[in-house]
Amino acid sequence: MLGLGPADWQAIELTFRLCLYTTIILLVIATPLAWWLSSGRSAARVAVQAVVALPLVLPPTVLGFYQLIVLGPRGFVGQTLENIGLTHLAFSFEGILLASVLYSMPFAVQPLNEAFANLGRRHVEVASALGAGLLDRFVTVILPLTRGGFVVAATLTFAHTLGEFGVILMLGGSIPGETKVLSVLIYDHAEAMNYESAHRLSLMLLVFSFLTLFVVYSINRRFEIAKL
Amino acid sequence: MTLRVRARWRREAFELDVDIALPLGGVTALFGRSGCGKTSLLRVIAGLERVRDAEVVLGDRIWQQGRHFVPLYRRRIGLVFQEHSLLPHLSVRDNLLYGYRRTPEAERRLHLDEVTAMLGIVDLFDRSIDRLSGGQRQRVSLGRALLTSPQLLLLDEPLAALDTQTKREIMPFLSRLAGEAGVPVILISHAPDEVERLADRVVFLRDGRVECVETLREALARPDSPLFDEEGPVSVLEGDLEGLADNGLHPFVTAAARLWLVGASGRRPGVARLRILARDVALALDAPGRVSILNQLAVTVERVEPESGGRVTVVCRLGDGQVLLAQITAWSARTLALVPGAAVFALVKSVALMD
Repeated sequence: MLGLGPADWQAIELTFRLCLYTTIILLVIATPLAWWLSSGRSAARVAVQAVVALPLVLPPTVLGFYQLIVLGPRGFVGQTLENIGLTHLAFSFEGILLASVLYSMPFAVQPLNEAFANLGRRHVEVASALGAGLLDRFVTVILPLTRGGFVVAATLTFAHTLGEFGVILMLGGSIPGETKVLSVLIYDHAEAMNYESAHRLSLMLLVFSFLTLFVVYSINRRFEIAKL
Repeated sequence: MTLRVRARWRREAFELDVDIALPLGGVTALFGRSGCGKTSLLRVIAGLERVRDAEVVLGDRIWQQGRHFVPLYRRRIGLVFQEHSLLPHLSVRDNLLYGYRRTPEAERRLHLDEVTAMLGIVDLFDRSIDRLSGGQRQRVSLGRALLTSPQLLLLDEPLAALDTQTKREIMPFLSRLAGEAGVPVILISHAPDEVERLADRVVFLRDGRVECVETLREALARPDSPLFDEEGPVSVLEGDLEGLADNGLHPFVTAAARLWLVGASGRRPGVARLRILARDVALALDAPGRVSILNQLAVTVERVEPESGGRVTVVCRLGDGQVLLAQITAWSARTLALVPGAAVFALVKSVALMD
């Protein structure tokens, strides 16, 4: 189909899995984090915000390099994992998943942060006074009033993870079915002068990314949130 | 029921430092200028701010003490804010029922029909929130808070964002609230007329501290009351407004006196408050005949305040204990030899029915 080989399909499936898991994990982490960031101004908040935004400015190789060091067999986390009978995280799907979570974090946190800041606290306080507990407030007040922010956060996270290359190459290498995602595969195709395959996959990514951003900006206009 | 609040809360340049036990019942006003700590105190009472070492106890319910802290959603407090705070994604009906549905059945004392009838919002059920006027929104907010059958109603400047006309529309609902719903009310306000109209008791706040707690009557019996503004001292009389009499006027009856009001048509008969400026009250030693002033009340001089700017304020009491202040020239006071205990007649030039 579409002239894609089994290696291509494997990479597509892997990439999709990576993007999906990253998005789910990030929404879970970013929601409380963004809520905290948007609920006041303090030095701690500014510091956390800066750390979260680091992947926006650092070369992906820097991030990948440090993660390789920490998560690899001789790194602190990698060694601890090995000591308790697990494997280290370098050159594994779990490793690039963790890397993606860190790498795409600003794309989940910032839209949510902005949506929560625009929401303010009044409606939530009102819901508290009316007897709604934490989860109740989230589901019946915060979520419906900031759903645009959630859609933007999820879409951007997904799309940005799709475009990840440097970090994965540093940390994950190019293991088929484990770490060889689309961007890496395209690189491999191009290296092997296999331009036709590279072209097909590149075009797919291009179209998909455009559609994603189109959706995000339409939502942005509708909800007037998260200018990115 | 008593509300005990002890809190010390420092925030940048501001410090709230209160330790009070408030007897609740009817409407208690927290009065003070903006920045005096009214809203901070309200947030501590509601549990919207968790201030370290604060103590908040309502009756036998300990809301905050030491490490014990009951979150707002378990306190059953009705909150109404100054600005529009209806949930924008819900209809009027769903806003009203949001808290009702979350109130355990056994604790529901107030129900949709009676609350909406009391607030006159039955017709608004299916409207969307943004098609309500400011006054309607505040009434729906009030109804929504009442439908949780709260143990305490906290109103944070509920009238401040409304125009005079709308205020007039809401005031009667607010004044009936505490009585008809049987919920003690704490009203935050910086407007003397709101306090005079609605409050039974006043907590005066200044620079984060409680200056004093007085009944409204006590608060209005001292000429230096913070409630008085550039109009000077004011008295508030409570009584019953009756229907139109043969002479085209409305009688306003207290236990000790009857006043005649003009222009009170359109007001429902019943308990009402009159606002009388001290400068509109003259004093006479004998009952004057043949004068145009209709309202002549027999009062007893309680004391004459020290002179200021050539005038003195005379604190008089009606037979039923209500206070009426008269502002006259110091010279008149000397000429009439007004001393405590003297029986005189207060001639009231003008009164305003508070709505």
